[in-house]
Amino acid sequence: MILLAGCNAHQSTLAPFGEEARSTYWLTVTLGIGALLIAVLVGTLAWRAAHSPGNALDHRQGMRLILWLGAVFPTVVLTALLLFALPEMRPLPSQPGDLTIRVDGEQFWWRVQYESGRGEPLIGANEVRIPVGRPVVFQLAAKDVIHSFWIPGLAGKMDMIPGRTNRLIVKAEKTGRFRGVCAEFCGLSHALMAFDVVAMEPSAFDAWLVAARTPAAVARGRTRGAALFADYGCNACHAVRGTEHDARIGPDLSRYGARTSLGAGTLPPTTGNTATFIRDADAVKPGARMPSYPMMPEDEAHAIAAWLKELK
Amino acid sequence: MSDPERSEQHRKWHQQLRITLWTLIIPPTAWAAHFLFSYLWAAISCAKTGRFATFPVLFVGGTVMALLVILFSGWLAWHKERTPGDPPPHEDSTEVDRLRFLGKATLLLAGLSFVGVVFTALPVIFIGDCQ
Repeated sequence: MILLAGCNAHQSTLAPFGEEARSTYWLTVTLGIGALLIAVLVGTLAWRAAHSPGNALDHRQGMRLILWLGAVFPTVVLTALLLFALPEMRPLPSQPGDLTIRVDGEQFWWRVQYESGRGEPLIGANEVRIPVGRPVVFQLAAKDVIHSFWIPGLAGKMDMIPGRTNRLIVKAEKTGRFRGVCAEFCGLSHALMAFDVVAMEPSAFDAWLVAARTPAAVARGRTRGAALFADYGCNACHAVRGTEHDARIGPDLSRYGARTSLGAGTLPPTTGNTATFIRDADAVKPGARMPSYPMMPEDEAHAIAAWLKELK
Repeated sequence: MSDPERSEQHRKWHQQLRITLWTLIIPPTAWAAHFLFSYLWAAISCAKTGRFATFPVLFVGGTVMALLVILFSGWLAWHKERTPGDPPPHEDSTEVDRLRFLGKATLLLAGLSFVGVVFTALPVIFIGDCQ
């Protein structure tokens, strides 16, 4: 039953949706079958040795057995595996014009920037959208400590190191909603640092990219939630496109209403959960940099949460 | 000139080479040097050109050289190991046992080092990436 808990289709190396993860999957299958065959061979030899009469092999035959099965056979098998696996470790090919997404790991969330080549990049947080069938270049960095960017169904993990930009080139093969995680212990809420990955048809992705640049109409509205957002100083850290709020310290909330999780994959993004998070982020994510607002009345937290949920 | 001296002169050149504890460590030393060379070569050539060489002449040359040193050492050890004598273990304090022991040990180390150099070179050539 415990093992069955590992079965899922949205965060598993055994449910690949990208080119690199698919080849890793087949490498795993090959290694598994090979290991099984070798175990059977060793078991059979051990059984035969135990049931043979004494001195069935003379010294010369014994040495020959060790040479062939103990040295030549493993060398040939390991060389074959090396030749099979090494080409898979090459980065996928990419062109200068390919979509580039810069992701910065921060305690304990992900800053995502879609570079456009011209003008300002589109900034988001805790959600990565990629087109299927096109190479995507991830530029990975970190602001505070070492994190590791890992989308198990898409590709191998890649460290995010402060002061350095690592490149990871991926190519999704299937549309769907998947999950990525931080794979390097980075602090108290390391286990609560995940993100959503949406693989879309290329045309849908292009349309989304254009739409995402357009500020949500509700952002400019003079609602109570919008006013409270500014009154409580949320705008000191968070940006909302289409408003005067453009701080870059915390996650960009421009399309918060379209997100499928709250607190980087921690909770479902309901209005109630959002209000709870606003009042006491540390209770939900220990060690989070966002300050708590215990003095904030619940109805006001709900008003801010309701406004955020409308930003799509 | 006495007969033994004349026959000494007529021995083949490789038969005049001796194997000692120092020659025993030649194959693993070549392996270690090649290992270091692989890292240094990749670091320096990537830093200088910014990308992996299309055909890494210097690296292939260094690898071939390391393999030749190991092959020669193994071949010499194989010759010495064939000195007539008792079957193993070669544990008596006689010249023949010393030769046969060192020969066998050097031969086995040469085999291991040869595979080690190949396994070090393959990733460099196949991955071909500077990151």
